[in-house]
Amino acid sequence: MANNKMLVSFFIASESIFFLMLILAYVNFHGDVIDGPTAENSLNPVKTGIFSIFLFASSFTIWLAGKSIKKKDHAMLCVWLLATIILGAIFIFGQGMEWASLIGREITISRNVFATTFFTLTGFHGFHVCVGLIMLSILLGLTIAGDFKGPRSDGIECVSIYWHFVDGVWVVVFSVIYLWAFL
Amino acid sequence: MSRIPLVPENVEPLPSIGESEGLLSWVGSIDHKQIGIMYIIATLVYFLIGGLEAILMRIQLAHPNSSFISPEIFNQLFTMHGTTMIFFVVMPFLIGVGVYLVPLMIGARDMAFPRLNALSFWLFLFGGLLLYYSFFTQSGAPDVGWFAYAPLSEKPFSLNNGPTYWAIGLLASGIGSIASGLNNIVTILTLRTPGMTMRRLPLFVWMILVTSFLLIFVIPIITAAFFMLLLDRLFEANFFNPASGGSAILYQHFFWGFGHPEVYILVLPAFGIISEVIPVFSRKPIFGYEFVAASTVAIGLLSLGVWAHHMFAVGLGNVTNAYFSLASMLIAIPTGVKVLNWVATMWNGKLRFYNPMLFAVAFIIEFVIGGLTGVAVASVPIDWQATDSYFVVAHLHYALFGGSLFAIFAGVYYWFPKITGRMLSECLGRWHFWLTVIGFNFTFLIQHILGLVGMPRRVYTYPDMPYWGTMNLISTIGALILGISVLIFVWNVIVSLRNGDPAGDNPWNAWTLEWATTSPPPVFNFDRVPPVRGRRPLWDLAHPDMPDEK
Repeated sequence: MANNKMLVSFFIASESIFFLMLILAYVNFHGDVIDGPTAENSLNPVKTGIFSIFLFASSFTIWLAGKSIKKKDHAMLCVWLLATIILGAIFIFGQGMEWASLIGREITISRNVFATTFFTLTGFHGFHVCVGLIMLSILLGLTIAGDFKGPRSDGIECVSIYWHFVDGVWVVVFSVIYLWAFL
Repeated sequence: MSRIPLVPENVEPLPSIGESEGLLSWVGSIDHKQIGIMYIIATLVYFLIGGLEAILMRIQLAHPNSSFISPEIFNQLFTMHGTTMIFFVVMPFLIGVGVYLVPLMIGARDMAFPRLNALSFWLFLFGGLLLYYSFFTQSGAPDVGWFAYAPLSEKPFSLNNGPTYWAIGLLASGIGSIASGLNNIVTILTLRTPGMTMRRLPLFVWMILVTSFLLIFVIPIITAAFFMLLLDRLFEANFFNPASGGSAILYQHFFWGFGHPEVYILVLPAFGIISEVIPVFSRKPIFGYEFVAASTVAIGLLSLGVWAHHMFAVGLGNVTNAYFSLASMLIAIPTGVKVLNWVATMWNGKLRFYNPMLFAVAFIIEFVIGGLTGVAVASVPIDWQATDSYFVVAHLHYALFGGSLFAIFAGVYYWFPKITGRMLSECLGRWHFWLTVIGFNFTFLIQHILGLVGMPRRVYTYPDMPYWGTMNLISTIGALILGISVLIFVWNVIVSLRNGDPAGDNPWNAWTLEWATTSPPPVFNFDRVPPVRGRRPLWDLAHPDMPDEK
């Protein structure tokens, strides 16, 4: 029997290294910038923090989705999957607004090493969130069409593992970029 | 009046290219044996191309002040030769032969994720094709060396688009390799036939397992570096450009953080092949199985901590250099343990020098030479003399050619009968073997001296220094002999595919599970998997009174 959960778990271990390298690059250049945009003078940790809460909440809702399928509660599975997608989408929307604001102030990836590492790190994270949203949408679509009767589903469990990973990465990224600069 | 049998036949031969729906069935295949064969054929083609690049370089270097090939083209040749041989020959061959053999060796029907397996192959193939497409563009192939150090690989130093093709092609192929690593890990951990505990795993499978862990943990490092390089090149990001605050050293750390474990990825499966071949052709079980397995894990772990021995000349400082020097020398210990185990296996064995064994024994000698020069350059003062000279070129070729490639040839001669159902010609194989040994050593032994007298690597020509011309000429003659040996090998493959002796299930009288089925195996691999009560299931089956484990 192919072990899907084992695959996803090793996959997120591998992706963790990828994110670690992007974080190391950010950390390496942190403090190198003397003039020009830096985390302290360009970012809004409160606003981003609020949007982050939406992402963390989506981990809670997907956990509830996992509990729903165990109880074979098809309707609630749909509800919690949808809630996860909406919360994740709000997070991405917030990221998009932050990027737009930076670009509007002419802080682009080529501006300086802070901007380069900032956009790369948040960009790849956002990309992983979007991939997760696509997978969640597929799950939601299939669930609405009648699939995932429960009590077990490798699909729901594996996407959950991936989603928690994406959330976990954001905890680290938020701490390194926002908390480290402002605390 | 239907000619379709009502009950499907039990044993189906593999579809051949000749059948009418042949080609499409290969393109859409998710069968691990077909995918493995496609990997092997593709790597052979890339090998011939990479070899041609090498021969062109050697012809250019045969005489001082030569202008047979321009410096621009020469730079593209050495970049493409290195990239091809590492990423599109040795790595995918070892992954491909693993894909073919691992399910068979563990008594499984296929890999854990057959479609992911196919994805890995196609990503490898098309990554390579994208890279080679660059030769046909106006600015040509990448010309920045196979490491593509920043800022040379960035604008304004590199005005050609080659490095972009390089990064994207390798990105694609690398993602495929991560997928292979994941697939292998899950396959080996979950699909072993009952009775096959981890301590009864064939050593080749152990090596693939450790290699797979290395793959999934180190390819992300280079993936990050490739993305950063591409962002720098395409969007003027500032990762590696010192002029705008970036760090060229960061690129080197990332590149070698991947690059050093990569060379172990290139050699551990080769060790696995040797660990299968030597016992069979010594008619003895491997000496010290646990030590071979444990030292493999040790090498895998240690390999993650030695990367900066490629950066001794960068100026990281004495303390850093000293740590990396010591750690690198430490890796010689588990490697030495393996060499002792192989030799001890042969000791008092009934040695049969068929072609697989010839290449396996030559592997030990050549790889030890490569290992010794490696320990030499692990010493910082020696490295300061030898770095970026032909001494390093000699070292890396003894390890990768004398090591990995010789092991690959041993594996080809050993498993060709299983994969195709036919034996390779022993006679042509011997010609191939001896011409390879002679050609290889003529090409690379003298390069140690060339390096120590000061010839730098990656130069398209050189001045008429004393004996430089003679030594280079010897090296070129060796390369031409190697070229001939490869032609003989290809001829052997073609002729044997047509007319080779039928192999039967177990032509070498070997003991692992792949030999317990027909050659080639049926689509479903095994009619019945033999019981596994030891490391050599077929020995136990044939000698019920003398099993390996009581």
